[in-house]
Amino acid sequence: MSATDPTQLSAAAAARAIAAGELSAAELHDAYLARARADELNCFTWLPDWSPGLAAGSLAAGGSAADAPVVEGLAAGGGQTDGRQAGGPPADGPLAGVPVAVKDLFCTEGVPSQSGSKILQGYLPPYTATAVSRLTEAGATLLGKTNQDEFAMGSSNENSAYGPVLNPWDRARVPGGSSGGSAAAVAAGLAPWALGTDTGGSIRQPAALCGIVGLKPTYGAVSRYGMIAFASSLDQAGPLTRDVTDAALMLRGLVGERDRRDATSLDFPGEIELPSAERLDGVRLGVPEELTGEGIERGVLDAFERALRTAESLGAAVESVRLPHAPHALSAYYIIAPAECSSNLARFDGVRYGLRAEGASDLLDMYTQTRHDGFGPEVKRRVMLGTYVLSSGYYDAYYGRAQRVRTKIVEDFRTAFEQVDLIVTPTAPTVAFELGEKSGDPLSMYLNDFCTVPMSLAGIPAISIPCGLAGAERDLGPGGEGLPVGLQLAGPAFSESRLLDAAHALERAFAFDGSAARA
Amino acid sequence: MIDREQVLHVAGLARLRLAEEEIEPMARELSAVLEHVEWIGELDLDDVLPTSHVIEISGRLRADEPEPCLPREVALAQAPAVRDEGFLVPAVRGSGSTNGQQA
Amino acid sequence: MPDVPVYEPVIGLEIHVQLSTRTKMFCGCELSFGEPPNTRTCPVCLGLPGALPVANAKAIHYGLTIGLALGSELAPRSIFHRKNYFYPDLPKGYQISQYDEPLCLGGQLAEVRIHRVHLEEDAAKLIHVGESGRIHASDASIVDFNRGGTPLAEIVTEPDLRSAERAGEWLRLLRTTMRALGVSDVNMEEGSLRCDANISLRPAGSQELGTKTELKNMNSFRFIERGIRAEIARQEKLLRAGERVVQETLHYDPDSGRITSLRSKEQAHDYRYFPEPDLVPVAVEQEMIDAAREAMPELPAARAERYEREGLKAEVARLVAFRAELHESFENERATSKPGLSPDELRALANVIVNEWMPRVDSQAGRPSAGQPLIPVLPGSILTVSGLLTRDEISIGAARQALDVLVVEGGDVRAIIEREGLAAAGDGDELAAIVTAALAANADAAEKIRAGNAKAIGPIVGYVMRETKGRADGGAVTRLVHEQLGV
Ligand SMILES: [Mg+2]
Ligand SMILES: [Zn+2]
Repeated sequence: MSATDPTQLSAAAAARAIAAGELSAAELHDAYLARARADELNCFTWLPDWSPGLAAGSLAAGGSAADAPVVEGLAAGGGQTDGRQAGGPPADGPLAGVPVAVKDLFCTEGVPSQSGSKILQGYLPPYTATAVSRLTEAGATLLGKTNQDEFAMGSSNENSAYGPVLNPWDRARVPGGSSGGSAAAVAAGLAPWALGTDTGGSIRQPAALCGIVGLKPTYGAVSRYGMIAFASSLDQAGPLTRDVTDAALMLRGLVGERDRRDATSLDFPGEIELPSAERLDGVRLGVPEELTGEGIERGVLDAFERALRTAESLGAAVESVRLPHAPHALSAYYIIAPAECSSNLARFDGVRYGLRAEGASDLLDMYTQTRHDGFGPEVKRRVMLGTYVLSSGYYDAYYGRAQRVRTKIVEDFRTAFEQVDLIVTPTAPTVAFELGEKSGDPLSMYLNDFCTVPMSLAGIPAISIPCGLAGAERDLGPGGEGLPVGLQLAGPAFSESRLLDAAHALERAFAFDGSAARA
Repeated sequence: MIDREQVLHVAGLARLRLAEEEIEPMARELSAVLEHVEWIGELDLDDVLPTSHVIEISGRLRADEPEPCLPREVALAQAPAVRDEGFLVPAVRGSGSTNGQQA
Repeated sequence: MPDVPVYEPVIGLEIHVQLSTRTKMFCGCELSFGEPPNTRTCPVCLGLPGALPVANAKAIHYGLTIGLALGSELAPRSIFHRKNYFYPDLPKGYQISQYDEPLCLGGQLAEVRIHRVHLEEDAAKLIHVGESGRIHASDASIVDFNRGGTPLAEIVTEPDLRSAERAGEWLRLLRTTMRALGVSDVNMEEGSLRCDANISLRPAGSQELGTKTELKNMNSFRFIERGIRAEIARQEKLLRAGERVVQETLHYDPDSGRITSLRSKEQAHDYRYFPEPDLVPVAVEQEMIDAAREAMPELPAARAERYEREGLKAEVARLVAFRAELHESFENERATSKPGLSPDELRALANVIVNEWMPRVDSQAGRPSAGQPLIPVLPGSILTVSGLLTRDEISIGAARQALDVLVVEGGDVRAIIEREGLAAAGDGDELAAIVTAALAANADAAEKIRAGNAKAIGPIVGYVMRETKGRADGGAVTRLVHEQLGV
């Protein structure tokens, strides 16, 4: 047993300690597992030998994932750590012995992979997502599966069939979404780091609301094979971590040679270097006026302004840039993503896996009742929206047009990156909001993605780092100090290393203290 | 903007049963979102090509080489209903058909 | 005839051809040939959550090969679309197909223009089962995903066919072409060739198209012709009665001869096509086209032209070129001659194969088109026989005897000729000596011939035949007699 609590270490520091023989992998895993088992935020949908039921009222009985057989290797964890070390991952991988929490929507062989949906309750895939196996092959161990908005549709994690996740900074508030369980688990110190996915902001926004680092890589950099799809042309996996170095370390494990099982995956040019920059001399930061004005909460804008002054003090040149079509990005996104989701979710039909409604009189009845029972309200809304915009007579006005807006947004960024190196915006227009505050109004919920969606449509990398605390519009967080605000930095495709370097320099200067949430 | 009739038509296409009390809110919420997204109608996009892949790549073909299949018991393991080594589904009545295979 | 309009049928075909790749269109599962249900599946072709398709390069190659053979324009860039609809044989809730940017556009085969050729994935197989006691209605279905994901080329013609018979003939030509290309087994009974027909009628002479119906899934050549004929008759009856043809999808039941509607209008499809985001565009590089062109075999029409150029009569050239077993035998036999064959020799070889050899092979197998005798025959045997015939070194009767034995025993025809003593008596010298003896023994007859009485040759030929036990060739004997008598 180490003198200090090993869960205080960052993932990179823990990996170093394990490699140096100062910390045992089993000890670290068990320490996190103990914390995860004591979780009061509802971050997990699966931990070894334990699995929660559906949210109250939505499940009668049976089919609990915990009853299901679990394949060894991936699921090896607490209680059998010796066995894990014998037959498990290589002890000398770069991530050897560091546990990772994985968003529910990644398929993990023999381990429940439910994408936050009732329709996949207890579903045990026969294979593992490439992103997960890249991490476990580098030595990481699977700590548990994390809660999320159903099929990654949401910005508050209130759309999970397994109940909402609470924000560790203020349990009356949401952690953001859709990777809300991943973000809250990392922020609360229940996991050293987590693997999430980002379609329109689903890594960056919860990272911002929970005061941690979240990176959405270039589209194609990380394989989508085995990620239960929301919107195929936008979905991208990435790290949620306590600091920028950890984000670089996990990204390094995720990217590399392209996955031949994913036709859209790409070879990553060069290595991801662990960031070391302390200054931003000569770095031109562009502030798009379209994403930094109306609709952004006062406290968030103030924190953003302070962050810009800090950047300047590190030597950066801050200037204004135009992204003329960015205000239309949200519209294009809420056409393209639902359209793709309506098709991606057609496979949930009660035939091969997942829920099937009982007592159907015929096939049509079985389909419609299964999907009625299995999908939550937000998923239904988006399936309906997507089906509508693709339906006969509407394609050109909606989907076709949205794809053209996407072209303009890609061009906007291209032009902007001729002028500046990186673009900076607030990650989310508000700090963490209260549970239930926006769930009655889909449109106001969708506006959470206002600053993150343009980068998703353009397929470019973007990182959110905590840049300070701000009071919510109406009140302040516990202790009156405020809630975390995220700063988003975006760069051209495959500029991850530059992005991480700049984020590293800023992180040092911000000296954001997230330990309150881990208490 | 979207009426009850349209909601039911779209729900039919999506094979999604909506309870009676879900129909009116769905019509209202879809209308609100559509009203917002229709904002892109203002843009002049006549000469703009659509983007379906942000990164212009092509090919990515697979060599015609066999890979191992799943054992049948694994393929069937998660199925809600199984009979005679296959996935059991309720009777098909008057639905469409596929690729010339009759219903 | 008082104004009874004459209607002209207008027919277009949509043909699905299963491609003979080793693996499926978008995953590495091997194609299934009657394996037990659900043993040829993987996460991709079961449509499991998270699985992604990757297109099979060989299927693209075959698609291009078909396009080249049909004279299509090969699209430099084509994309896959999702065709969305729900059915238990469609695991993802959509079929990956091609829509407005197919692999091949245009083309022609015989008089029929090709509209397009595109690639897609096949559906799985549904087996309908009933609860005990009920026979007619099925209460449930069982899905077997072995076939799901098999690569298909869909070939769509323009409405250029004008009769059921011609549609059947043309489909046979298409099948022969596909088989020659080696891209598919094209077996209707096994479902590797499937055909739908779009049928409409219009007053003869009119250029406008009438309302068409789609006749689905006719699974044999016989049913296709019968089905189209029945639908033409049905539409004609409607039109003559002053009624309208309704655009719908129909099913022809070959047992009852009845045509029934498959889908009602209220279930009109809305496939919500959109570009498949899991796949990237197919860019057809010049090397892919070159590879397809290189792999392209000689097609039947081109082969017939070549045979004609090489000296076969047009009729024989087409006969040999269009029947696989004939031109395979023809090509194999001629290939055994190192120096190559003269036009005369080729004609003789074709005649022996068509008129003597293949009928014996067919009758041995009890059915036509067997192509191969049951016991293997030494390559070059048929060429040996045709060569002996052209050089008058065997009589036609003896040649037939030799082939009769060869088809049963197999092996080397030379050995059979020798053993049975079938060689034309005398390879020249031997026969000449017998003829000399015959002339000496029938001096009267010889004198008459010399005097110009050709018919007097009878006793001389009879003598030679007796001496040679019938092996001598009549023509050769006559020639030697004339030679020795100097007439
Ligand atoms: Mg088709
Ligand atoms: Zn497969």
